[in-house]
Amino acid sequence: MFDALTVATAVAALALAAWCGWAAHRDQPTKDWHFIGMAVVSVLALLQLVIGVVQLARGEKPDQGTTIFVAYLIGAFACIPAAGFMSLAERTRWGSVTVAAGGVVLAVLEVRLYDIWGG
Amino acid sequence: MTAAEENTTVKRDTRDEQGGTPAEPAAGTKRARLIGGPGILLVWLYGVMVVGAVSRSAVQISTQFDEAPLAYSLSAVAGLVYGFITYSLVRGGETARRAALVCCAAELAGVLVVGTWTLAEPSAFPDATVWSDYGMGYLFIPVLLPLSAMYWLRKARTTAG
Repeated sequence: MFDALTVATAVAALALAAWCGWAAHRDQPTKDWHFIGMAVVSVLALLQLVIGVVQLARGEKPDQGTTIFVAYLIGAFACIPAAGFMSLAERTRWGSVTVAAGGVVLAVLEVRLYDIWGG
Repeated sequence: MTAAEENTTVKRDTRDEQGGTPAEPAAGTKRARLIGGPGILLVWLYGVMVVGAVSRSAVQISTQFDEAPLAYSLSAVAGLVYGFITYSLVRGGETARRAALVCCAAELAGVLVVGTWTLAEPSAFPDATVWSDYGMGYLFIPVLLPLSAMYWLRKARTTAG
């Protein structure tokens, strides 16, 4: 369950990165549709945070330690909203590039989460 | 410019109305923005590196410092440098721009020295630092970031002046 969600979030994050990268390529700032996309990815990350904590509460142990696991879950959840706010402040193509970079960062975090959980 | 002058915006504004000083080429009452355009991407990447380096070293120093004290201390130092550069970029202004430029140079030197060190003498590093192998574990961002930041900060001066 948790692994499936990790893979789904990573794929969604990469898709978001490609989408915003395309917007940056066409010299466009992030639009409403991009923010809806960011919301979807953020909801996935939030779901992952909740399910991860529930798994911990049920007594399951991540391979590489609980502290690191929770830290990565929180980081993964905060990643896209933070990039989104920065793209609100920068209404040029560079705002789009920032969100694209945020998507790549989230995908990397998901790969690490996969290892930390020990799937 | 002294640190005391830099601390209060009110004083600066008064001085700017009198025509500014040669040390402050960016005229006007506002500090020169460093986070417009590509700058925002730099702030984002530096912010990510701050969170990564600081939280990583905090966990490692508090739980397993004895295993690799040198490596974990270096990660903490890297986190501090990243934090200072991020703050300078967000703050803006000529002094911050120069300070950030110096820190980027220090960061680049750190990445190169530590990167070479980890390759030449792996035994000194039982565990990895943020800067091990030129930041390979972080997609080489630690070595690419100071280069692009220095390019950006130098360009910011020419546009501001």
